[in-house]
Amino acid sequence: MAEEQRVILEYADKIDPKKADDYIKVGGYKGLEKARSMDRKALIDEVKKSGLRGRGGAGFNAGMKWSFVPIKDEDRYVVCNFDEGEPGTYKDRIICEKNAQALLEGMAICGAAIASKQGYIYCRGEYPFVVKMLREAIKSAKDSGALGDFDIEVRMGAGAYVCGEETALIESIEGHRGEPRFKPPFPGVAGLWAQPTVVNNVETFACLPYIMTNGADWFAGIGAAKYPGTKVLTLTGDVENATYFEVPTNYMLRDVVYKLGGGVKGGKKFKAVQVGGTSGAFIPEQNLDTQIDFDSMSAIGAALGSGAVFVMDETRDIVDIVTRISKFFEHESCGKCNPCREGTWRCREIMEKINAGKASQKDIDNLMLLSRVMKNAALCGLGQAAPIPIDSTLEHFGYEYSRKIV
Amino acid sequence: MSNYTDIIASCQGKKGGIIEAFHAIQEQYNYIPEEALKEAAKHFGIPEAQAYGVATFYSYLSVEKRGRYIIRMCESAPCHVAGADELLKEMESILGIKVGETTADGKFTLELTECIGQCQATPVITINSEPHFDVNKAKLAEILASCK
Amino acid sequence: MLKLTINGQEIEVPKGTMLLSACQQAGADIPTFCYDPDLKLAGSCRMCVVEVEGRRNLLASCVTPCENNMVVSTESDRTTEARKVILELLLARHKVECMTCEKVGMCKLQDYCYRYGVKDSRFAGEKGHFAMEDPNPFIERDYDKCIMCTRCVRACEEITGAQAINVKERGHHAKISTIFDGKLADSTCVFCGQCIMVCPVGALTSKVSMGKGRSMEYDRVLTTCTYCGTGCTLELNVKDDQVVGVTSNRDATYSPVNKGALCVKGRFGWDFIHSPERLTTPLIKENGQFRPASWEEAMDFAANKLKAIKEKDGPDSIAMFSSARVTNEENYLAQKMMRAAIGTNNVDHCARL
Repeated sequence: MAEEQRVILEYADKIDPKKADDYIKVGGYKGLEKARSMDRKALIDEVKKSGLRGRGGAGFNAGMKWSFVPIKDEDRYVVCNFDEGEPGTYKDRIICEKNAQALLEGMAICGAAIASKQGYIYCRGEYPFVVKMLREAIKSAKDSGALGDFDIEVRMGAGAYVCGEETALIESIEGHRGEPRFKPPFPGVAGLWAQPTVVNNVETFACLPYIMTNGADWFAGIGAAKYPGTKVLTLTGDVENATYFEVPTNYMLRDVVYKLGGGVKGGKKFKAVQVGGTSGAFIPEQNLDTQIDFDSMSAIGAALGSGAVFVMDETRDIVDIVTRISKFFEHESCGKCNPCREGTWRCREIMEKINAGKASQKDIDNLMLLSRVMKNAALCGLGQAAPIPIDSTLEHFGYEYSRKIV
Repeated sequence: MSNYTDIIASCQGKKGGIIEAFHAIQEQYNYIPEEALKEAAKHFGIPEAQAYGVATFYSYLSVEKRGRYIIRMCESAPCHVAGADELLKEMESILGIKVGETTADGKFTLELTECIGQCQATPVITINSEPHFDVNKAKLAEILASCK
Repeated sequence: MLKLTINGQEIEVPKGTMLLSACQQAGADIPTFCYDPDLKLAGSCRMCVVEVEGRRNLLASCVTPCENNMVVSTESDRTTEARKVILELLLARHKVECMTCEKVGMCKLQDYCYRYGVKDSRFAGEKGHFAMEDPNPFIERDYDKCIMCTRCVRACEEITGAQAINVKERGHHAKISTIFDGKLADSTCVFCGQCIMVCPVGALTSKVSMGKGRSMEYDRVLTTCTYCGTGCTLELNVKDDQVVGVTSNRDATYSPVNKGALCVKGRFGWDFIHSPERLTTPLIKENGQFRPASWEEAMDFAANKLKAIKEKDGPDSIAMFSSARVTNEENYLAQKMMRAAIGTNNVDHCARL
């Protein structure tokens, strides 16, 4: 199986994503119509049954997440996480640029499920042109009447990777420093302006119209049984085809690199692939025969994450790349908790020392200790995931470190 | 000062929208002047120190004066392996400034950025948020020359 | 009620109790930096992490609500390892000058390093460069000793309401700052020193007390502030019969009015106590010159004068203007004297102005 299976991107470049009418012509907003005709509980059950799990990284069952939202007198919010900051990731941009209306429809479907009339899209500050496009798309959808009384506002981030963490994102929409909150309470209970809030990723929302139109069983039948559907991947680094693809979730990682990716660039040999962005594990050749779905990737100590696929050829210096990655986390740590604020700083220092050939085994031991404490004790996913590239390369590419140690 | 007030007032309807206001101010001035920051704090009813904390948290916001063209060089892993380091050196030598500095004529400010989500065509730079793809030394000279 | 097992001991707590409190009830001594019972929770220092069975990560006990049947260990190998590493990380950025630090003896960083045997840091490297001399006469800010617990920011906002400081920038560049890193005097700071009160390390100290003695050298004498009638409790720091500083007693049992919060006068305005210019006896002016007098003489003198004026010009020729520095009871007596003894309603008070 080497073919793409396009669901979200079926009409890419064939319709104008800004125009609701274009989307309606290819069956758009039918899913919302159906969702609104359903009882709220039945709608949530349908989404649960589809097995749709979050496409942002944590892989939580979407319907389940919605079912935690208490329905009382207060306002509720639907928030779309469009902060894709994982280096090598641009799938949410592609989804918006090709099929923005599906995102809007998906958010409105969630709105129907949790009885919310207000949605927010938090788009990263790196995409001002997408923000503009989304605002036009929302206007078109509102004008067409397709969204009904569901409103969507776009808010722009301003260059902070940590705002991809849902509570930091909420803080940012509220106009604060993007520092993650401690949980509980979870956003489903107390999120935006302390009201119940569902936060899902662009891709998660964009799946919903198709689930509603084609049925939960149809969706559950695509790809891996426990993480069904398709996944949009973005290929970067040393591959021939550095572009995006949409594939079923039981697609094999080896095929991603060699079939979709066209193999390693310039006929060189493969060394490693990092999946899920910069916080993902480095995967060696011997683990390539793994399905890309959430659980299969977890089983090899990796993560599907954002679906970024960063390929490195035989000439690449793993320690140098991980040093660069450690600088990323140092730059993006919000500074709230001790293990991450100080830990990412010291990780970068030690990595630089190793990369410069000035480190000893003691430095590696310290690095591993630091990594363990960050994973155990950091406040949010950023600090907990920051050491993963270090750990996974120490495990699989230890010889690259040994080479540089004095 | 009336100008700041107008820009900030245009974000009035947005609850918690001080970051939106900062974006709007920057679009006009390329940075957030002190008076504008204070005005925004007043407008959104938050303490000045907090507004300053917000403005300095985000890497796309600046409270220091910058050039007309803000060049950002992506240095995340995909751009890194595509030669971002050499490109950065080239850029520093062409502009005669280091990262974080502004040219004497106030035209260019050079900044580093993390991934900007255009990894299909690395290395990538942005000039006033507009991305330029597959940048190499030859292309760089062309791009800079097009900034008038 | 929820049932938990903490360090092998079974304990029952009401729903809504945080794990930190439950652990304390079970007799565990949990280290904390950012936690302050009078401030909003931050959950950021991660010193209070505990191990809960079945949880992959350690949990910050100050922000984790108790759940039924939790099995908690507060000093497991993993928690100790995490705390030691956090201490080493903080030490790596800290300006270690305990020999001359004002906070010695009251410094949580020092106490916990002692407790966990942390002598130096495996992560020593680059240090922060946050030092900023603020020219104010009261608050010494040395951010090279700051551990970013943000208690000062929260106290400034939640206790005093001044909102003068906040966190600026991010990551390890983050520091506590006024707007544009300006002087405290140009900010909304009222120099109440609540930031000093809550600072767990030597980052914020009193300039007025600097060099005059450290916590183990002075006695704390509980007293009531004399500046106004509010009646704030404070602790005079007394060394060799000299007042060398004022600290807060935050226990509501001793400090029911202010729970340790003070104003600039109460916290910093105590240097008059040992001033040679201070009046120690009443003075009577004769021929344009003051001379010392006894209390009896001075009282008689004043009473006779008041009587004479009243007889000559009537009671309404006399007025009383009383002070907010005395208590309600004394103010009551003052107006009583005017109305009953002098016979006038000419009574006023400085707080009315």
